[in-house]
Formats: sequence, C-alpha cells, structure tokens
Amino acid sequence: MKMSRRDFLKATSAGIACFGLAQLGFDLEPLRAYGARLKISGAKEVVSVCPFCSVSCHVVAHVKDGRLVNVEGDPDYPINEGALCAKGAAILSLTNNPHRVTKPLYRAPFGDTWEEKDWEWVLDRIARRVKDLRDRDFLPTNGRGQRVNRLESLFSLGTSHMDNEECALVHQAMRMLGVVHMDHQARI
Amino acid sequence: MTNHWIDIKNADAILIMGSNAAEHHPISFKWVLEAKSRGAVVMHVDPKFSRTSARSTFHVPLRSGTDIAFLGGMIHHILENGNYFKDYVVHYTNASFIVSDSYGFRNGLFSGYDPRTSSYDRSSWSFAVDAQGRVRRDPSLRHPRCVFQLLREHYTRYSLEKVADITGVSRENLLRVYEAYAATGVPDRAGTILYALGWTQHTVGVQNIRAAAIIQLLLGNIGMAGGGINALRGEPNVQGSTDHTLLYHLVPGYMSMPLADWQTLEDYNRANTPASSDPQSANWWRNKPKYLVSLLKGWFGEHATRESDFGYSMLPKLERGEDYSYLYLFDRMYQGLIRGGFIFGLNPANSVPNSNKVRKALDNLDWLVTMDVHHTETTDNWHRPGVDPAAVKTEVFLLPSAHRLEKEGSVTNSGRWLLWHYAAVKPPGRARSFGEMIVDLGNRVRKLYRSEPGAYPDPILKASWPEGYDADEVARRINGVFTSDKVVNGRRYRKGNLVPGFGALSDDGSTSCLNWLYCGSYTQEEGNKAKRRDPRQTPMQAAIGLYPNWAWCWPLNRRILYNRASVDPQGRPFHPSKAVIAWEEGSWVGDVPDGGWPPLSSGKGKHPFIMTVHGFGQLFGPGRVDGPFPEHYEPVETPVNRHPFSGRLHNPCYKAVTGDLDRLAAPADSRYPIVLTTYNMTEHWCGGGETRNVPNLLEAEPQLYVEMSPELAEEKGIRNGDPVIVESARGRVEAIAMVTVRMRPLRIQGRIVHEIGMPFCFGWTTPGCGDATNRLTPSVGDPNTSIPEFKACLVDVRKADRLEELAR
Repeated sequence: MKMSRRDFLKATSAGIACFGLAQLGFDLEPLRAYGARLKISGAKEVVSVCPFCSVSCHVVAHVKDGRLVNVEGDPDYPINEGALCAKGAAILSLTNNPHRVTKPLYRAPFGDTWEEKDWEWVLDRIARRVKDLRDRDFLPTNGRGQRVNRLESLFSLGTSHMDNEECALVHQAMRMLGVVHMDHQARI
Repeated sequence: MTNHWIDIKNADAILIMGSNAAEHHPISFKWVLEAKSRGAVVMHVDPKFSRTSARSTFHVPLRSGTDIAFLGGMIHHILENGNYFKDYVVHYTNASFIVSDSYGFRNGLFSGYDPRTSSYDRSSWSFAVDAQGRVRRDPSLRHPRCVFQLLREHYTRYSLEKVADITGVSRENLLRVYEAYAATGVPDRAGTILYALGWTQHTVGVQNIRAAAIIQLLLGNIGMAGGGINALRGEPNVQGSTDHTLLYHLVPGYMSMPLADWQTLEDYNRANTPASSDPQSANWWRNKPKYLVSLLKGWFGEHATRESDFGYSMLPKLERGEDYSYLYLFDRMYQGLIRGGFIFGLNPANSVPNSNKVRKALDNLDWLVTMDVHHTETTDNWHRPGVDPAAVKTEVFLLPSAHRLEKEGSVTNSGRWLLWHYAAVKPPGRARSFGEMIVDLGNRVRKLYRSEPGAYPDPILKASWPEGYDADEVARRINGVFTSDKVVNGRRYRKGNLVPGFGALSDDGSTSCLNWLYCGSYTQEEGNKAKRRDPRQTPMQAAIGLYPNWAWCWPLNRRILYNRASVDPQGRPFHPSKAVIAWEEGSWVGDVPDGGWPPLSSGKGKHPFIMTVHGFGQLFGPGRVDGPFPEHYEPVETPVNRHPFSGRLHNPCYKAVTGDLDRLAAPADSRYPIVLTTYNMTEHWCGGGETRNVPNLLEAEPQLYVEMSPELAEEKGIRNGDPVIVESARGRVEAIAMVTVRMRPLRIQGRIVHEIGMPFCFGWTTPGCGDATNRLTPSVGDPNTSIPEFKACLVDVRKADRLEELAR
C-alpha cells in the first residue's frame, strides 16, 4: 500500500480518536484482531535475536510465503519482555532493504566501477590472493632463530556481528594461515 | 558483566558512569527503572545530560577523562568514613596481604619504571611470603605494609578539594554520589556499577574499571544480587566474539596467544599455569593445560598427538611486547607493510581514530576482501571524496552478507547468556552467511595447498576443517567431544559423544573443545542448551530474577560470578531476602556456586575469587602494566598542563603511534582549547554503515551535529542550527551546532573549560549527512588493552562559511 505522509497522519489521528472511543466503552478487540490478521495471519513465527547491542533482545519474526512480513519483540523472553528500541523496531526495514548488497562485487585495481561476479570466480580469486601472499611473506623464524610461523602482511578485522560458531572458525582459519594482525569491535 | 541484565533490578544504588544506558542499551534501562521504582538511587555521572540523566535520581557532569580522580575520591571517602564492609574486606579481598618492601609509589610513578621503554618492571609489585611460600597476612588490617593501609595512603591525596578542582564536579555533587553509593557497604544492601565505552576508551581505561572494582570490593558488592561490575557490552555479539577471540593476543577462552619465547607446549604451560601454595585457593587457571590441549585437538584433530605436542608447534608465535591491534595495524598499513586482508562487517574507515590516516592506509593494500550487508566508507574507500580511483591500486571484493534473521547460530549477551537464533528467511539475492563464506574459502585455500607447493602447508592441511558450514555442528565442536571412549563420574561416554562440562576436559588428548568456557552448553543429556526457553525457577531464584532454565550461561550456567562471596564463611547469605546461593543441608541451593566445595568454615572450602591465584578479590592488582592501584593521569590531549595529584601529567605507559599524520595538541594548547567527547546514538549503530541505510532510522537522525553549551556558543558567535567546523590537530569535520544546556561549562583549576560532544556514526556514503567524526580523534591508547582514547581529545570550533560535507 502506498501511503503519503498526509494519509499517515490521518490514519494515526483516526487511531487516536478510536482510542478515545475505547475509553468510553467501545470494544475494539475484534477490530484490532482483524487488523493484526491482515499482516500476520497464517505467518510462521521464528524466534531470533536483535542484531544490535548486547542486551540481545529476542524478537519474533513473522514469515509468510518465504518473506519477512513483521518483526516484534518476543514477549516471553524474560529480559526484554516484548520491548524493543528504535533500532530493534527497525529490523524489518533493515532486513527487507533496497540498499542491501545482494551479489558479489569486484573492483579491479585502478578501476572506477563495481563489477558483478559469481561466487566461484570471487572465492577462487581470493583463495589465490591469500596463497600468493602467504607464500611470498610467510615468516618461519624470527631474527633470533625461533620458530614463529607468522604471516604479518595479511590482516583480519571484525566482526562482533558474527555468531559464536562463525567466530570460532574465523579464529581457527586465521591462525592456520599464521595471521597475527587480528582485531575486531571489542577494541573500538 | 559479572551479573546480568535482569539482576540490575536488585540494586539499592546504581552508579552509571561512562555509559548512556538509556540511549545505547535502551532495554537495559527497563531494569534500572525497575530498581528505581523499588527505591534504588540511580546516579548518572557523565559529561553530557542525556535521557539516562533525565531518568536518574540525579545527574552529575564531569570533565571527560577524570573518572579516576572522581572514583579515587570515593575510595578515600569510603576508607576515611569507615563505610567499607569489614568482614567481606578481611575474608574475601587481599586487603590483609602484606606487600613486599620493594614496592613503592612516588610522585605519580610506581616502583620499577624505566623511562627509556616507558614501561614498568613489575617484579617489585609483589607480596611478602612465609617459608612455605604462602602470602603473609594481617587480618587486623593494621600492618603498615598491608594492602589496606597502602590503599588508604595512596588515596589520601584524593581530597574533595583536589577532586573538585580537576573534575569540574562541585564538592556538594561529589558528596552526594559518594554518600549515596557508600551506603551499600553493609551486608543487606547492594550497589551496581554500569559502565561502557565511556570508561574503556581512555589511556587509563583499564584503571578506570580497576577503580570501580576496588570500590565494589570495599563495599562487598561483588557476587551479590544487585551488585557486580557490569560492562554494558556494545555490539551485537561482542561478548561471544571476544570469548571466541577475534583478537590477536589471545586464543579462545582467554588464554594467551603463544609467544616466540614459548617454543614448546611445555614452555607455554610453564609460563601460563599459575601455582598457589594455599590449599584453600582453587586457583582455577591451574587447569589451563587441559583447556589448551583440548583446543589444539579441536583445531588439528587426529594430527594433534602427544608426539606432535598436539600441534602446538604449528601455531604462529607473537613477539613479546609487540602490538598487533588496530592502532599498529593501520600504522603499518600506512607505511606499506601490510598487503592484503579481510574486513568482516566492520567499518574502520569511520570507526578507527584518525580516520584520515586510516583511509590513506587502505589505499596501500594490494587487495582487500570486505563482507557486508551494505556499501560503507570502508568498502567504497577507493572512490571517497577527493580521491581519483585511477590512482588507487587496491583490488577490492565486496561479498554480500546475510543478516541476523537470515541465518541460524548463537550469540552471547552481555550477561554471558548463550542464545540461539533461528533462520527466518533466506538471504536476499546471492548473499551468504559469514560461516558459509569462510568455510568455502578455507576449503579453496586447502585445495590450492594440496595441489601445488607452498610455504609451510602443515597447519592448513592438518587442520580439522568442516566440508560445509553447519552452525549446529560447530556448536558441538565448541562444546567439545570425547576423542575416545571414556568414563566420567561413573558414566560411560563413547568416542564422538559431547563432553558434559569443562571438569571433564583433559590434557591427554582424550577431549577436543574449541572453547572451554562453553563446555557444558551442548550435552548428550540435554542437547543444545542455547535453545532452552523454560521459565521455571525456585522461589529463591524468582526472588532475584534468576532464570536458570532459560538458555544457558557460561561458565556452567552460573548467572552471578563470584557468588561464593555473597555468603559468610558458614555459607549463610549476607542478604537473606536477596540470596544468590545458600548452604542448606549439605548442599548449595540457588545459583550454580563458584565451585561446589562446602563453605569456607568447614576447612574444605575455597576462597571465593577462584580465578585469581590466591583466591581473593584484588584491591592491590599487580597484573596490570600501569600500576597496582589506579592513579589519575590526564588524557593525552588535555586542556590542563598540571593536576593536583602528582607531577606526572599522563599515564607513563600509554600507547601511541607516531608518524606525519599523528599530530597531537600540546597540554593546554591554546589552538585547541575545547574538550571533545564522542558517542553513539539510539537510532544509529557504531560507524553507521547499517543504520544509515534504513530509511526510518536515517529520518530520525539524519545529520552530524555537535552538542555545545549556550555559554560556548555565545563565546564563539554560534547559534543553534548554524553549520560549524570542528578542528583538531589531525583533521576537520563539518557539523550542525546543537546549542543545549545538556552540555555544561566546567570550572577546572579556577577557569572555565568547555566540552562538546559529537556522534561518530555519519559517513560520506550517505549523501549530505556529514563525514567521519573520527578524523578528529588521536591514535593513542590504553597500555593494557590498546583501546584508543576516543572519549577525550582537544578541538576548536568555529562557524562555517560554506559546507561541503553536509546538505542544508
């Protein structure tokens, strides 16, 4: 539905007026239930966790035909008890967002545009970059002849957006390569 | 957090300092307000009046970077007025320990300082020991060399007059906070301290928190319901990503990264496994070798054998004292020493200090892999304003990432709760999760090393690495599995079965575990406990809001750390109506106790602070690099050139990188007389890459502004809404003036010092919203953590005659 700012204001003031009627004794429950049905009736409920601060409020995502149609605070979760802040309340528009990057992009050296590439091409090319750099710069020993197995010229930064399982694998992968320049949001 | 979010409601006094909880952890404030409605006093000590201040009992403004002066004054107040909880201090802290004669403190410097290296030899910060190697103690606390007396002597200098003079807080306001908070130094009252980046992001960051810990130990607030020292951790899974360690200096589970000096596993264990000669000290880290070997088994699988040192020799080894964190990484990148790398969901071009330098440093890379949900100032750095892409050599990859609702896995909240989230929808287009990308990439690199020669392929080819990404499977690896059949506590486990808890981990290679802290989170008996949604609790647990069956929490589902300090030596709760644990009929009830031993008085118990070598809370903390007691030092950029506590202006050990772009203002520099502090906001997230792309959030907070007092605005001829230029020794930033009484001029050493505040979430990829505030901040950091000093630097502000970054 397309709604102008004016329509929005009209709708909300109507809502406020209705609220006034409710105080006078009108039963709005059936109306509210009807309104809710429009959006989430028949939707699957999936529990997730807000991706912002580490209060880690729980949300209930409503999914219909494979599409996210609504996200709200999880009333059962004992910490947020259904509440969400401005960012948490925006998860729907964060997820269904026209600005998302949806394809692997590549910018060639000295180039002035992004090019769309397929996964095979980018992952093979990155693997090649990693191996070439490691083969070139790997430092088996330090100046005192101690074995150090370091790859100092390759770094890894981020991210606290990762799940625990992803973090565990990233740490392992980086240490296997010999990476020591490794940091993330915990320090900034 | 030692405690957890709901537990805040149990506090009788809440000190929020270095945090704007209501705006940056909004839902946490639900529990602050719950405590307030039950009669708690809520105090907000912060340079800026915010929504946290508005909902607190009162707000006290102070100058950024003077927290230790403020807290040192509180320690002095508590000791001089006898507000400390004596039994707790004597039994549970190291107040009674006798410090060796070699320790000393003079004019701002502790013993052992070497000015050539700007570092301390810490060997003199030790305790006197008896013939059996046990620490000498004086439970009367009267010995002139006991910690208690040294603490008193150290903070004698922190008088109300001096503290008021340097912090800008009036004597009345100081006393108001000190008295209200010190009132929790009795058995049946608890106070909590909530802090965030406002404390950590200073060149004295760790000592800010040490000062708070000393206060909490003196008042007997650690281990109690409604007590604790509570870091409000910022980002979405910053707790879990720290536990699983996306950091250079550790391996998962808070164990040191190997150093070059520790060539063998035996060297490592010798250097890292503490020993205690006190039979009543649990000295939990004595178990470290079990956790490290289990980690190595997790990483190298069948290749981790006793004969191969469990693969230890394959790991990279750091140089002792070398720093590989952000500040040094970007300095080396600027010097051309770094060639390629990965940036996963992070926007350093906006969120690392001195971002002009960071942006130039990124140009020196041969290749850069970014993984993100949106274009950011980092992914698109190669065509930033004023730069010709044809001059930038970097090959850049931008890999589309799945967001939280598009994948399943676990995160850990600030209270250490492990929480499972389920995938609601598929990622858009061809986006993938980080896990899928890293596993696939790892396998491609392994394939290359298998098919052609290369540098030291062993750690890559011998790694135990999954074929595809499955969060559930990795969660099992994190918990840990038996690598052979084994009997534990009378129960038989088969090879491949899940380990029931870290007590069953072993250093003989019979267990594999990617993080000992999470061992017990996924068991044969109960499955994946991160998925538990069971609100059942006993009446005792209900009284303090403990939900032991909801999700799981590390370690071993213990919800309040150091909870053995909440009971007396007989196991009776200090605060019976808010008891955390209690010894009843031969066993503990309530929370999971810090170790199941009987109470101390039985003679079979253990001292409550089980993670310290001696088992006592550390008033004297010899483990930090910059001193066993917190001491006030000014921020590196400071509006004063002296302070009342010593002749040492700055932290003598602070970290800094030096180069042509790392200019600093001099102390009391007349060119930059104003203090700048930076912060987040409710509607935007960190560097802003995600939230600026969400239309409703951008509409709510569309543009970079600078908050300043009406007094400063008048001095500078600036009106509310005027465009202004904020300038430091490193850069200039355009912003819109927000003239507000939320910022107050402060009286420091008899003159007025102004402070201004700016959010740092705006960047050029969102047209017209402004650009990085961190172009102003310096590359200096805390000597323990290398966390940069974002929260206090020097600037000047003037009215702008034209705008380039901001749309009007």
